[in-house]
Amino acid sequence: MGLVTPLGCGVEATWRNLLDGKNGARKIEDFDVSDIPCKIAARVPRGDGSDGTYNPDQWMEPKEQRKVDEFIVYAMAAAEQALDDADWHPTSYEDQAASGVLVGSGIGGLYGIEQAAIILKEKGARRVSPFFIPGRLINLASGYISIRHGLKGPNHAVVTACSTGAHAIGDASRLIALGDADVMVAGGAEASVCRIAMAGFSACRALSTGFNDEPERASRPYDRDRDGFVMGEGAGIVVLEEYEHAKARGAKIYAEIIGYGLSGDAYHITAPSEDGDGAYRCMKAAMTRAGIDPSDIDYVNAHGTSTPLGDEIELGALTRLFGNAVGKLSMSSTKSAIGHLLGAAGAVEAVFCALAIRDNVAPPTLNLDNPSVTTEIDLVPHKAREREINVALSNSFGFGGTNASLVMRRVD
Amino acid sequence: MSDIAERVKKIVVEHLGVEPEKVTENASFIDDLGADSLDTVELVMAFEEEFGVEIPDDAAETILTVGDAVRFLEKNTE
Repeated sequence: MGLVTPLGCGVEATWRNLLDGKNGARKIEDFDVSDIPCKIAARVPRGDGSDGTYNPDQWMEPKEQRKVDEFIVYAMAAAEQALDDADWHPTSYEDQAASGVLVGSGIGGLYGIEQAAIILKEKGARRVSPFFIPGRLINLASGYISIRHGLKGPNHAVVTACSTGAHAIGDASRLIALGDADVMVAGGAEASVCRIAMAGFSACRALSTGFNDEPERASRPYDRDRDGFVMGEGAGIVVLEEYEHAKARGAKIYAEIIGYGLSGDAYHITAPSEDGDGAYRCMKAAMTRAGIDPSDIDYVNAHGTSTPLGDEIELGALTRLFGNAVGKLSMSSTKSAIGHLLGAAGAVEAVFCALAIRDNVAPPTLNLDNPSVTTEIDLVPHKAREREINVALSNSFGFGGTNASLVMRRVD
Repeated sequence: MSDIAERVKKIVVEHLGVEPEKVTENASFIDDLGADSLDTVELVMAFEEEFGVEIPDDAAETILTVGDAVRFLEKNTE
């Protein structure tokens, strides 16, 4: 597994900070936000690469970085971590052909598009770089990863807004189940904290605007004072492997993907369906596929973006689906700590679910001072909770009414 | 080395990420300096920007080495 998040570069660095209740939200200081209502975001901590900081030069040569948007560099960083962690570096033609990549992004190279548009207007078409297109295309994350690591199996990309990361992992697991590959490098990457994205999401009234002076309090899922999400950035990538293939080579196994469900709201371009029907059917489909009941699930990593509408709709759908099983459930939104990583969110949160299973601990929901609804579900306010976690579910819902749920379990 | 040659060399080093000593007059962008076809398009754009000239596509196709670029720019800049 590999992570680049606002809580650090690296799986263990991020996880340690997450369990410690650290928060990645900061004031935006590197570009002008004077005319944008939301002035905060959760940024990847840059540095020399030590102490969990992110140093792009460790993951991609500077001359290559110049050609691509940052989401591709984040993807390269997370993919290399994941492949090293899995100790999968195929060299034979057969192994390479059986190893694919499915890494998506919600938006792709928005910053580069913004910059190229300015060049086009100010200097004309002859100054638009030949790397403009290949450095912005979403599937070029998968492309670069395959070229670097010699992965010649299926090369694919998902683009489903905030469900991207979960869909990527789910679809990749299906490709393995169908025999198209033995190993898939899967996940999502996003790096769209830039003026044009902040302006656009602000116009959608999706971002928090009431905590510009206290960024760490802004992302507060289920809390009565929540007022929108905090934009995050980064990447989450996992190495998925056919079970017997992994066993045979003695690979490290964090968890097994046992269920994947998809649904569409068919309701509104940005708002979730009010009755939570899309979320309900999505979770139910994943559980049916896994062959488990709600009572088998110990931990849910919620979509929980901290928007006024979405959090309660998800909670309502889950309560309806789980019935009496809600009493033993812990559910948290880690977006309270890292913000909303859009196309990377579902993948990063799948990694958190695998770690929750590994360590038997539910990461916290920060800033949950006054829940806006009463529920029997343990929403893990403020502090991580040590408890038995054998099966975890992760939800992702995206603009367009696109939903994905993943179920994973401990492997003995 | 002329001023133009120095500026060309700097651009090549920057864009292709190569050691300065490899950027000799006879060095081919593609064969010796690791450029691909897209790199050469970008190099030509960088020369245009730096020297304020327009390099038409048919001329750009003849610029294969560092020396080709320097000679073209010496001839076409004041």
